[in-house]
Amino acid sequence: MHELGLVSHVIKTVERICREQSLRQVCSVTLEIGEVSGVIPDYLTDCWYWSCKKTVYLRGAALRFETIPAVTLCENCGCQYPTVTYAKICPSCHSVRTHLLRGNELIIKEIEAE
Amino acid sequence: MDSVQIIEIKENVLADNGLEAQRIRRQLKEEKTFLLNLMSSPGSGKTTTLLRTIEHLKNDLRIGVMEADIDSAVDAEAIAATSVKSVQLHTGGMCHLDAGMTEQGLQALGTEDLDLAILENVGNLVCPAEFDTGAVQNAMILSVPEGHDKPLKYPLIFTVCDVLLINKIDVLPYFDFDMKKVVEYAHMRNPRLKIFPISAKTGEGLGAWCHWLWEQVDTWQTS
Ligand SMILES: Nc1nc2c(ncn2[C@@H]2O[C@H](COP(=O)(O)OP(=O)(O)O)[C@@H](O)[C@H]2O)c(=O)[nH]1
Ligand SMILES: [Mg+2]
Ligand SMILES: [Zn+2]
Repeated sequence: MHELGLVSHVIKTVERICREQSLRQVCSVTLEIGEVSGVIPDYLTDCWYWSCKKTVYLRGAALRFETIPAVTLCENCGCQYPTVTYAKICPSCHSVRTHLLRGNELIIKEIEAE
Repeated sequence: MDSVQIIEIKENVLADNGLEAQRIRRQLKEEKTFLLNLMSSPGSGKTTTLLRTIEHLKNDLRIGVMEADIDSAVDAEAIAATSVKSVQLHTGGMCHLDAGMTEQGLQALGTEDLDLAILENVGNLVCPAEFDTGAVQNAMILSVPEGHDKPLKYPLIFTVCDVLLINKIDVLPYFDFDMKKVVEYAHMRNPRLKIFPISAKTGEGLGAWCHWLWEQVDTWQTS
């Protein structure tokens, strides 16, 4: 999986914000992870501390997670349903013309910093 | 005294990668170089297709290759033997290339004098699909032995690709592979996906694919 790559993108973004806002030290970073994004929080945590050690702003910063539930829209009947339970086939009309509305995200929600 | 504050960010983790990819595309446009990102599972035929494509187009286009999917030294040697410019990218064990790594590769390759640069991405259908490399177009190879239901199992890569090569059609008689279904499933994920059935082994279908690619390069350079 690409957790190491994702962690390096999170760190780059947070470092940029620290410079822009003249922050000195980040205590925690909260990510919002879509339920079907394929990202595995444990793997992110594994590379997180190791990657943060090499930074100025993020040394020792905690990584927190919030989950965004996945929702699929049926283009045929217009209903919305939980992706994880029913996958690609609409539970009310059995159409396969469906697409993911949300649940694939990986967003930096907020940071705690001083 | 400093106090800890909560700062709302709400930024997509890959937003910076997206910006960098756009920067790469602008630069390529100025240089009139077309970058194709070639993705597939390991063994689908990226290197073989690349070699065939080079053979077809090398008299019409100045081509360069970035190899990120080196299973064996054989791949690198085969590309080097074609006499087109090539570089090997070191992914450091990463399962994909991002825009930053691609940019380093483009610099190492030197693109000012190239019409077409091709990136052979890491063999994997999941991770490379999530990272914009800065390519002008994304191509994917699906080979017959992998089965026609791949578009159902790996939807994302089908949505980010512009063109799908269905490779190894020479072995169609030996596999339970439904060409009509794969086209239907792929278009379900991405209605504007261009599809070429090919055999990198026999050369069947290569002409149509190479002509299409040549047209894309020409449009990029002249529009
Ligand atoms: N039968 C057949 N074999 C092919 C074809 N294209 C590639 N191969 C074989 O598939 C294997 C993997 O090909 P390669 O180009 O190295 O795949 P890559 O890992 O995606 O770069 C090699 O043994 C190739 O000879 C094809 O069109 N037909
Ligand atoms: Mg290869
Ligand atoms: Zn429905």
